[in-house]
Formats: sequence, structure tokens, C-alpha cells
Amino acid sequence: MAPSLSELQQQLLGTFLEESYEGLDNLESGLLGLESSEDGSVAINDIFRAAHSLKGGAATFGFAGLTELAHEMETVLDDVRAGKRVVTPALSSLLLQGVDGLRALLADVRQGLPADATAFAALISQLRAVSKQPKHTDAPVTSKSTVAATRAAPGTWHIKLKAAASILSSGNEPLRLFRELGSLGQLQVSCDATDVPPLSTLEPETCYLSWAMTVSGNITRGQIEDVFAWVADECQLDISSSATTKESDPSAASAAPVRVESGARNAEEPLESIRVSVGKVDQLMNMVGELVITQSMLGELEDDGPIDRARLARIREGLSLLARNTRSLQDSVMRLRSIPVSIVFARFPRLVRDTSQSLNKKVDLRLTGQTTEVDKTVLEKLSDPLVHLVRNSLDHGVEGPQERLAAGKPESGTIELRAYHRGGDIVVEVEDDGRGLSRERILDKARRVGLVADDADLDDNAVYDLIFAPGFSTAESVTDLSGRGVGMDVVRKNIRTLGGDVSVTTKPGKGTKVCLRVPLTLAIIDGQLVRLGDYHYVVPLLSIVESIQVDPKFVMRVDGRIPAYRLRDEVVRMVDLAKVLAIPVAKNEASDRLMVVVESDGEKIGLLVDELLAQQQVVVKSLETNFDHVDGVSGATVLGDGGIAFILDIVVLGRLSRRRSALGLVAA
Amino acid sequence: MSLAAVAPSAVSHAASTLQILTFVVNGDEYGVDILSVQEIRGWAQPMPIPNAPPSVRGVINIRGEIVPIVDLRSILGLPERRPDETTVVVVLRDHNTPPRVLGTIVDAMADVMDITREAIKPLPTFETTGVTVGVVTLPEKMISLLNPNALLPPRKASV
Amino acid sequence: MARIMTIDDSVSMRKLVAATLAAAGHEVVEASNGSEGLSLAKQGLVQLFISDINMPVMDGLAFVKSLRTIAAYKFTPVLMLTTEMDPDKKKVAKEAGATGWLVKPFDPDQLLATIRKVLD
Repeated sequence: MAPSLSELQQQLLGTFLEESYEGLDNLESGLLGLESSEDGSVAINDIFRAAHSLKGGAATFGFAGLTELAHEMETVLDDVRAGKRVVTPALSSLLLQGVDGLRALLADVRQGLPADATAFAALISQLRAVSKQPKHTDAPVTSKSTVAATRAAPGTWHIKLKAAASILSSGNEPLRLFRELGSLGQLQVSCDATDVPPLSTLEPETCYLSWAMTVSGNITRGQIEDVFAWVADECQLDISSSATTKESDPSAASAAPVRVESGARNAEEPLESIRVSVGKVDQLMNMVGELVITQSMLGELEDDGPIDRARLARIREGLSLLARNTRSLQDSVMRLRSIPVSIVFARFPRLVRDTSQSLNKKVDLRLTGQTTEVDKTVLEKLSDPLVHLVRNSLDHGVEGPQERLAAGKPESGTIELRAYHRGGDIVVEVEDDGRGLSRERILDKARRVGLVADDADLDDNAVYDLIFAPGFSTAESVTDLSGRGVGMDVVRKNIRTLGGDVSVTTKPGKGTKVCLRVPLTLAIIDGQLVRLGDYHYVVPLLSIVESIQVDPKFVMRVDGRIPAYRLRDEVVRMVDLAKVLAIPVAKNEASDRLMVVVESDGEKIGLLVDELLAQQQVVVKSLETNFDHVDGVSGATVLGDGGIAFILDIVVLGRLSRRRSALGLVAA
Repeated sequence: MSLAAVAPSAVSHAASTLQILTFVVNGDEYGVDILSVQEIRGWAQPMPIPNAPPSVRGVINIRGEIVPIVDLRSILGLPERRPDETTVVVVLRDHNTPPRVLGTIVDAMADVMDITREAIKPLPTFETTGVTVGVVTLPEKMISLLNPNALLPPRKASV
Repeated sequence: MARIMTIDDSVSMRKLVAATLAAAGHEVVEASNGSEGLSLAKQGLVQLFISDINMPVMDGLAFVKSLRTIAAYKFTPVLMLTTEMDPDKKKVAKEAGATGWLVKPFDPDQLLATIRKVLD
């Protein structure tokens, strides 16, 4: 006996909800993506699938309201997918409202409330209306065949079945059909083997047989049709009876129209869980394993006995190993908490779209550095300030289309969200190409609020910095969108509690850039470990195009001087790391080396190394903490064996080597 | 000119005596305030830092922390010497905010001793590198007191 | 009892099917898309497949088509799990080589009964 559906539903509810939220996010970003790009053919399949899966899941888990709304969305999206309907901006908005509705219903489910779709009845009927509109192809609207409701009556059915030759290759076994039929009543089968060819030409996987069956009992026609449901299309099937049947049409369900406003978007809920890659967990396991070894080693020294010098040395060794293990373990656990900023950036396309529309402004959003990883708590704390900054840009920064055109700017404004690591910090910038900050207005307001004396003389930077001053943010026009309760001073205070800071640069008429800088508790990158002489370096994995063995045939010199490599149809400048970084290594001919081809500032360069080692995640330690910034190196990491590897700054290396080439310093 | 004015942070203010750790470089004895000393480690080949000044030998890993190593000989303009069994790295915490951790290569360890403030004499006026902040004259030897803040090259202007 | 594979990119759906089958004593193998399903199918003999149609990487129809090219799986029952009631979908599934279909939402007992019928 299977566990009841409700038992299963309960157990898997959490998974269903998580999956559905994710699916909705995909649906939403897919729709937003469709709006902004021309070619949506790939996206539409994903969008459809998201709605389809959601509906399937909702139906299986028994949430009628959710199913209903999802079904309407799925129907519309199915038409879009089949090319029968175009996604107009109006339809897109409608679908996005559907996403909001589904989110609201999911929130209800999560809280154990009935997910009632009556609140979204208007939305549902709007979607239904869209589906009913004429489609692009002249596909006749096929009326769905209604399932005949019949009453079982004692009688006999006669069935003739001529199986399709290929019936077996779909995994359908006629014997099964007979067995099933036989379970309905008394069965008699006779086989017609006249079509079976002689053995020499017989193909064993082909069915040449046909049958005549008689089955009697309390059986409905529907039941018999069910038995053959899977094979009906590919066989000649004849069902007749010696008893009359009654057919009745099921009554069409009608949806009661209810007038309600469409649901509001729920507040974002913080992530209660993190997705963690298996690799990170494995590493953690390794650390724990090493800890256990160290512990047992120390345990061995436990017995009573004189603490002689040898013992002391072993104890000391064990303790230092222990310290190293715990530090690694700590690093590994911290690493689990690092997530890419894309998680936070994800909410902005929708925010920008909705807000810019309601402001009648045209704004493009650009996101850069989405893969930059940040500790989860830091990211959560950056989220609200970022929203505030983006709203500022939308509300006060970017001008309306008319004003922009009049100023000689493109009609659409641009807001760019940029994230990157720098030294030991994570930097997130919000930059717009709007009207910039007005020095006079800021100074004016600051004077009025009493922040500066009337006669104070401040330079530009000091003036712009005033926007972060407490008391400044009580804007005259507190719109719904920004300035309410969260002023720039609060943003700065919050960032400062994280140990970071906010700064602003602006060009009147050109735009504004706000820079959030927060020190990283831990920075992690994926790297390729390489060996150069006795030393190890890490090449950021994301900058690697490919790694090859140098074939001397393809080594050449551009302009007679600059060593380059002919890589298929490209010429890649070869960089001797040892020279650029002034590292003492024994000189090696380029011919028996390996070359890691990396992308630096749009240019492909080849780094010559001696050996390629593991690809691994490395913890970035800043050199600036105890030393200084080093050109060409973006940080260092401690390897498993305790050794150090520098993490190469590919962009700077490219620049450095280019400079050397230009100066004629290249020899190798 | 008082010692405190020259390098106020190089010398602990608390008591009239302070404890210093001394070591030998090129036959001469040098010392640092014991409070600046984090630990003493045996010599290990550091990882060279690209394009670093010659006094900076590279970095080493101390319990997960990346620590730069300087060569006192190079800083003091003394001839180089290959490291041997007595070579030691004195790991210091300087007096910056926040403090930096650095190590300095010395030929051999000497002693830990208490000295009185009065025993610390200011430098002859021609000594201007800032590395040495005072001299302790003892009956049998002279100890040059070092300023941990001055051992690493100054930071480049931030980008 | 049999070795049955369930293929669905929706984790909750997949787990639902798996739990139902496992409770009835079947051995269950899970895959999240057709491609994964194929490689798992090659690793150990499966007696019955239950697959969703709409999946990323490789959908159900492509899966069945590929599966049928493997000699061992020429006649193995493959049931497509779908919410579609559209007759065209069923036709396409059959043409791809599927044995039959099951409509979501399904009753666990119904699923087990269907499986009983199809397995030998």
C-alpha cells in the first residue's frame, strides 16, 4: 500500500515550495529578458516549462487555486511557444502580474493558509480572454472530446484488434492487454495468424497477428477503451457490444466571476537556506578528516610519562598542526557562506522595469560582475542600500525621455550595477547616466538644514559628501519610491557598521556613481594552480581560455621582437611571467613549456608555465594587509601544503607585459 | 631631542624599564621592544614578491596569514649572507593602525634583557634612516634599537 | 519487484513518484533529465521508465527516441508523465516510442496499478 498522497505531499512540501519559488524567478527573468531582447526563441521554451512545471506540481500537490492561475499562464505561454501568439508589452505585463499572483499564493501555502485564487479571478479571466483571442495559425479549435460517462451493464463486448506491426517496439505487449481485459470479466481470445510470413522472411520484432476477443461482465465501454488507450492510435481496433450504452455529456464547469484587485507583490523573504556545491562540502569533509587525524596524533601523547624534549617537540608539532587544521576548517566553513552577488542583483531587473514604467521613464539596467562571491550576511546587508541607491537613480537621477533627448542624450537612461573584488574588499557600484548631482542645490539644502554655515567654503567633494550627512535626507518631495525612512545617511551608517564606506562621484548633466565598499571576510575564487620554477601561482579560472602544450612550430615573432604563438587562426602574444614579475627562475626554452591562454582586457595572451596543477577554489588573502599592493598580483593564497601561491591579476599582467613590449624590453 | 619625540611608538611608555629582544646581524647587536615581537621562527625560504624592493625577500605563511619578510642586512646596507642553522626570523607587529605583521631575517638570536629608559641614547645626528631609533650602551656592547614601523617600504599611494 | 527509473526535472515530482514506488517495494533510480536518464540506464538494467516530457538538456521525447536505439531497451515499457490532455502530445509521444502515458496529477494507487499492469 503506497503512502497516502497527503503524507507524501506533506513530506515534500518544502521541496515543492523551494522549487516553485525558483521556477517563478526563472519565469520572471525569462519574461523580462524577452522584453528586452529580440530573439526570444530559446527563452520561451524555458519560460513555458517553468509555468508548466509549476502547474504540474501545484496540481499534484493539490493546490487548486495555484493550479488554476498557473494553468491559464501555461495556456497562453504554450501559444507563444508554438508561435501562435506574440508577447506584446501588455501581455508581458499581464504575465508578470500572474507571477506576482503565483508568488502570493505560494506565500499563502507556505504559511498554511488556503491558497485561494478568488483574489486573482480578474487576472485569471484576463488571461483566459487572451487565450481565446484568434491565434496566428488557422488551426481549427478542436473541441475536446468529452469522456462518455456510461453506466456499467451486464453484457458482452466484441473486440477486434489488428495490432500495428511496430506495436512491440513501443514496449506494448499484447499479452498485457489481454491480461488487463481479462481482469474486467470473462475473456475469450482467438488469434488470427494468417499474416505471419514464412520463417525465412519473418522479422521477430514485428507483430503480424490480429485477435478477436470476447469479454463479458459488468463492463463499460470506457473501461475497454482504457485498456487499449495507449495503442488505439496505432492499431485497428473495433469495439462493439451486444448491450446498449447511455452517454451523457458532463456539464461544463463555469467559473464564478469575482471582482477583486490583483494581488500585491509580497515582500522579499530572506533566504533561510543556502545552496551549497558538493565540492565545498567535500572540502569540508577533508578538513574534518585531517582534524581527526591530528586529534588522534595528539591523543597518542596522552599517556603519563616524562615530558622529555622529544615528547615536547611532538606535542608542539601536534598543536601547530591543530592550529592549522582549525584555521583551514574555519576557512572552509566560511567559504560555504559565500554566494554570488547575482542573488541580490536578481531583484533589480523587475524593480527597474516596474519603477521606470510607473515614472514614464526609459531605463536600461546593466549588471556586471554577477559571479563575484560575497559572504551571505554581507550580501544581505548590502541588499537594502542597493535598492535605495537604484531607486534614487530611477527617481532623481535618470531624466525622463523628453529631457534626455533635449540634452542630447539617448532616450533610454542606463543604470549599471557593478560588483568586483579589489584588494581585500568587495566593491559594488551603482552608476547612472542621468542628470548628476547639483552642487548648488545640495549646498543650498545643507545651509537650510543648518549643516553648513552660510559662508562656508567647501570644495566639490565635500559638497557631494554632504548627501550622506544625517538630517540631509529629509527631501522636500518624499516620493513613494525613495527617501522614505531610508536616507543616504542610514545607508552610510549601515555600510560603516560592516567596516566599509560609501562614496559618491558625479558630473552634473552626465551622471552619478555611488560606490559601496565593504571589506571581505573572505574572498574566494576558482583558480588554476600552476608551477613556475619552484614557485606556485594561481590563474583565475574565469580568465582562462585554454591551456596548451607549446609546439615550437607555432612560435613566432611579431615585428621580429615580440614572441607570439599561432593558435589556430589567431596570434596570441606570449608572456614570460618570470620576466614580467621579476621572479628568479631557471631559464627555460619556450619550446617545452605549457601555455595558459588567458583573456586580458579583450586581448588573448599566453602565460608560459612549467606545470599545470589542480583546479581548485582558493581563499584570497590580501597582500595589502601586511605589505602593500603588488602590480600583477591580486592576492595570495595558502596552499594545502602550507606553501603560498600568488593569485595573478590578469588584466594588470597584460598591461605590464604590453608596456615591456612597447619599451623593447622583450627578449625571450 | 627626546627619544619619545623621534619615535614615540617605538618605545613603550608604560614603565621606566622595558624589555627588549636582541639579535645579531653582521656581528652587531640589535634589539626591539619585546611588546612588538609576535614570535620567532626558523628560517624558511619566502615566496618572492614580484617587483619588490631588494630588502623585501618575499612572503611566508604563518598560520594562514601572509607575512612579508625583510632582510635587515639589506635595509642596513650590509653585505648579504646565506642563511644557515642559526638564521632566524623575528616576527614583529608594528605600530601602525591597524598593525602590520612582518618578519625580519637576523643572523642569530641573542638575548632578552631589561633596560632602563635612561640607558637609551639618541642617535648621532647623521643617522637619519629612521630604522634605528636609539642606542643602548652597555659595558661590553652597543645595541641599536630598531623601529618596527620603518622596516617595510612605505605603502604606495592608493589607486 | 522491479528496477524503475523516474525522470523529471522537478525534484518534488520526482520524489513523489520515487517514494510511491519505493513504498511498494520497487527499486527506484532517479534522473533529472533525459540525458542523465540515458547514462544511468546504461549503467544498470532498468525494467520500467516513468518520464516527464518537458525537461531541460534532453526532453522526454528525445529520451525515448534515444533509449529505443539501445538493444536492451527496445521493448522496455516507457510511460510519459504529463499534464497535457492534448491528443497531439500523446501521438508524438507514441511516435517517439513511448509505451503509454500517465496524467498528472495522479493517485499513487493508480500509478502502482498501472505499473503492475505493465510489468510482467
